[in-house]
Amino acid sequence: MGEHRVSNNIRTLRFHNDEMTQQQLAEKVGVTRQTIVAIEKGKYSPSLELAFRMARIFNTPLEEVFSFDDKPKKKK
Amino acid sequence: MYYHEKKSILNIVSTLLIYGTYYWTVKQEYGQIVMSADEELQFWGKTMLLVIPIAIAGKIIVHIIFSITNRLVTKEDQPCFEDERDRLIALKSTRNSFFTFGFGFLLALGAIALGWPLQTMFVVMIVAGVLSDVFDNLSQLYFHQKGI
Repeated sequence: MGEHRVSNNIRTLRFHNDEMTQQQLAEKVGVTRQTIVAIEKGKYSPSLELAFRMARIFNTPLEEVFSFDDKPKKKK
Repeated sequence: MYYHEKKSILNIVSTLLIYGTYYWTVKQEYGQIVMSADEELQFWGKTMLLVIPIAIAGKIIVHIIFSITNRLVTKEDQPCFEDERDRLIALKSTRNSFFTFGFGFLLALGAIALGWPLQTMFVVMIVAGVLSDVFDNLSQLYFHQKGI
């Protein structure tokens, strides 16, 4: 749990989109703010549909919002 | 702490309180009475049937009080919809709950197979039901806090 290899740039993208709040993004993509918080912290990997909706809101390709780290994280 | 996390903790506390109080009341009232096998079956049937509406009514009252208190104290509204993460958390928690009850059910059958008193089987089943509810809410709390 919490060992997700999907990272994201949502925080940065929100900042570059008129400092959009988590609540505003949540309303635009149709989820709760808690889900946006969890995605930003890397505690939840969204569904493909939600990922595409986010990319569309930021008007960027999906790869610029989410990236996949193919090297597994070593446990400390 | 978010609404769902507070709700999970409240559910655990209210489940333990409601079932604990009910079991204590039943034990006080019928604990000393000697029953035949048929009477005992009837008694446990009534006891298990009666606990369902009591638990539902108790939880509804607790949730109404919680919603009002939470709104007054935190000004936080109750979430009006469930998104994909909430549904996934609910599904995984329900799975853990079913596993817990399934294990308890097997233990209850084991008690019968070993020739233990009928009372043991019913107590194990009730405890398994309570624990499955507790594990459901503990799982929700864990997934909300640690991620899924």
